[in-house]
Amino acid sequence: METINAHAAFLCNYEVMQILQQLKDSTQKKHKREGSLATVTYETVHYLQDTECKNQSEQSIQKFLEAIKKFKLTKMEKLMMVNTPPRTELEIQLIVQESEERLSEEDVRSIIDIVNEIFPAIAT
Amino acid sequence: MFVLSEMKDVIRVTPEHFHQSLSESITTLLNRKLANKVVLNVGLCIALFDITYIGHSYIFPGDGSSHTEVKFRYIVFRPIVEEILIGKIRSCSREGVHVTIGFFDDILIPVNALQHPSRFDETDQAWVWEYPKGDGEKHDLFMDSGESIRFRVTSEAFEESLPTGPPGTECPVQTIAPYRLIGGINEPGLGLLSWWESQEQDEDGDDNEDQENDE
Repeated sequence: METINAHAAFLCNYEVMQILQQLKDSTQKKHKREGSLATVTYETVHYLQDTECKNQSEQSIQKFLEAIKKFKLTKMEKLMMVNTPPRTELEIQLIVQESEERLSEEDVRSIIDIVNEIFPAIAT
Repeated sequence: MFVLSEMKDVIRVTPEHFHQSLSESITTLLNRKLANKVVLNVGLCIALFDITYIGHSYIFPGDGSSHTEVKFRYIVFRPIVEEILIGKIRSCSREGVHVTIGFFDDILIPVNALQHPSRFDETDQAWVWEYPKGDGEKHDLFMDSGESIRFRVTSEAFEESLPTGPPGTECPVQTIAPYRLIGGINEPGLGLLSWWESQEQDEDGDDNEDQENDE
């Protein structure tokens, strides 16, 4: 076996969740159980169910990426914002490197507003 | 957190699976081979994403199986260094805090990457962040197992693992983890989710405390 490209593309939690759930449904129909695959899909879906991606959709993620385009964030920062939507200034500081220089206070506030509008917080 | 990895392999399909379509057999075999396993310098394999190329199948003398070259993409758990993840505390020990994210357990937050100052409580077997209250006193914040924790991935380590012996034989079991993540929570905003949630309610106090921590 050979690895051609270890980092061919990034996947957000929502995409992984969709793929694994389809996989789970299709294997359940066929009554075929592959030990390690079943284990890892079960555990991964279990973890992802507790994250924000449960309430996301393709449209909402697209809308969010469109809305934060103007802040000139890196691909990685945007991915983290989709996976763990920041709701406080502190969380933005963690995700965005050198956020004080790159984002003004209004930018930070408008990102929080966009997050709260597009990915409404789950009531816990 | 998840990436796609492109890989290439030669798949051997045994004759009893010839009744299945080739792509179906390849999917089953690749998932059996890779799911829930760590590939060196790639990461923890989760599930097959797609097959991008299927070459010609060959039958070699003395073997009835078909050998097919395939290129495929696999979903792999491989967080980027510097990424922020949320997990649960599995246990605490003198080495630091062990974190799990359900399907991956080998995450350690070492002592030097905990919030400062922290101490290890022997009776509760838990790390405690001695949060200074400003007036000389301190507030103990316990890190109990089962709590959700936000941490930054600071480094990753792959270890070449040797094959284990056949089942039933007594051979020394190798316990070294093939893929380990080292995390850190020594930044404001990192640590137990509950530490920072309660502070959001009084916004003013929150801001002041953040600045103190930044310095």
